[in-house]
Amino acid sequence: MSRYLKDRLATYFVFACASMSFLILLAIAIFIFKGGFPAFYEIGFFDFLFGTTWRPNQGTYGILTMIVGSLAVTAGSLILAVPLGISCAILLAEVAPYKVRQVLRPCIELLVGIPSVVYGLVGLILLVPAIRKIGGNGFSVLGASIVLMAMVLPTIISISEDAIRAVPSSYKEGALALGATHWQTIRQVLLPVARSGIGASIVLGMGRAVGETMAMIMVIGNSITFPKSPLDAARTLTGNIAVEINYASGIHESALFATGIVLFFFILFLNSVAVVVLKRGTYDQRIT
Amino acid sequence: MFPVAVMLVLVIALAGCAQSAPTTPAPPSPKPPVTTPAPTTTPTPALPTTPAPAPPTPKPSPTPTNPSELSGTITEAGSTTVQPVAESIAAAFMSKYPGVKVVIQGGGSGVGVKSAAEGTVDIGAASRELTPEEATKVTPHVLAKDGIAIVAHKSQTVSNLTKAQVADIFTGKITKWSQIGGPDKTIHVIAREEGSGTRAAFEEMVLPKGAVITSNAILQPSNGALRTAVAGDPDAIGFLSFGYLDDTVKAFSIDGIPATVENAKKGTYPIVRPLLFLTKGEPKGIVKEFINFCLGPAGQEIVAKDYIPVN
Repeated sequence: MSRYLKDRLATYFVFACASMSFLILLAIAIFIFKGGFPAFYEIGFFDFLFGTTWRPNQGTYGILTMIVGSLAVTAGSLILAVPLGISCAILLAEVAPYKVRQVLRPCIELLVGIPSVVYGLVGLILLVPAIRKIGGNGFSVLGASIVLMAMVLPTIISISEDAIRAVPSSYKEGALALGATHWQTIRQVLLPVARSGIGASIVLGMGRAVGETMAMIMVIGNSITFPKSPLDAARTLTGNIAVEINYASGIHESALFATGIVLFFFILFLNSVAVVVLKRGTYDQRIT
Repeated sequence: MFPVAVMLVLVIALAGCAQSAPTTPAPPSPKPPVTTPAPTTTPTPALPTTPAPAPPTPKPSPTPTNPSELSGTITEAGSTTVQPVAESIAAAFMSKYPGVKVVIQGGGSGVGVKSAAEGTVDIGAASRELTPEEATKVTPHVLAKDGIAIVAHKSQTVSNLTKAQVADIFTGKITKWSQIGGPDKTIHVIAREEGSGTRAAFEEMVLPKGAVITSNAILQPSNGALRTAVAGDPDAIGFLSFGYLDDTVKAFSIDGIPATVENAKKGTYPIVRPLLFLTKGEPKGIVKEFINFCLGPAGQEIVAKDYIPVN
């Protein structure tokens, strides 16, 4: 009886702990919606989302330049990180000898632990002056993309590697037995089978890229313009909130919360895509 | 399980929308509901704690001269430029008059003017001149003055600018250093973000009325970050509070007057802004004591550490 009771209590306890994370999410959601709603009401949903001018002092709030800024940086970082990340995952999962893997893996995992402000600092000191030599003033989408690439790589590498490793060894053995070379096996058997896991790794990396703030503020320049080339400055949605919240009050503050709502849906969308992609993978494995 | 959670969040998010939807349209046009929905904006918790009628504060002690008799609470809110110096003075004031509690908050110059005018705080703070309309609502007390320097990279060969040239550079009319006697290179304009008191003061004192800083400007979120950015870029130009000037950047002479505290004090340097304390009407009681303390020798000595004292 008492064993039974203990069992029940333990169940309730872990359940309560697990609910906490959900409650926190709920609290955050309610908080930003409450804060941001006056802005949507006052400014108008479409004017806010598709307005190209952001001048709080004159009461104009349009975040399209920042949506484009966020998308540009995210796309840029993925263009750089995806080929690198997948190559690295192939190396770790298939090619590298045991000893190399023992050194590389912890290194990559360590990349996750570096605070983003340190990435930003390195970008500010090294990348910004280097890019200034190419053209523009150095604060640029290119620099931000390179910094983000470094931050997104660990996610892409570790999840892709797991996906490649999860391919049943019979597939690989079958391919090799049929006379395929190691490279042919990787390219035509392992990667196609693991593609849902690799896809999920990219989407999760994208989520991290969209949400990154501190490092972005330091290297992207925060200008409220559409970036016309990778060498131009821009502003991200996250940066908009962080740069201006100190001084904001009234409708300005609410507009920053509303920026948070837009980000919230961005991330929600990306995570849902990741879930769908991962799920579809389980069927794909049988078909391919 | 995972999709279920996602669905739940969505449902809740939408419910949140639906829930707040009917409440906000309730007070439709008569007054913008922006600032009024009481619990919406959290960062100013002082407002509820100070009861609605502002006048009662001065009442308990009608200008007593004996320091030990002073007691009560003074609330101050506004400019973040004024905030650190106000905090230092408040600490000195409180150690002299243990019965008095001085609460200092930020919020920005706009908040300072508004809350002083509405009487939600005893003292508002602003780091810019008042507009004529604002001046009818609150009484300003100049606490200190602060110069704004126009700065560039140390290697910059141009060393004097006219105020008009500065305005043209920051509004994007002048884009090359060669247009003002420098090398044939593009000027990189670096400014502060919207809402910054330093930016507001700069726009008001330097730019023509209604003009705005070019949208190509790089924006840095603090005086320190702006200084770092200018110090690292040979083609950059920016503006800084005098308190942040050091030898990593070069400050331009404006209209031939070097950017120094002495020139700002004399009034010859043209870009000087006041740091203001604002009260609704003439201050009374402990509020008056506090403002007198700030303007007196003890307060001004603290002010002089970072800004230009007025007395």
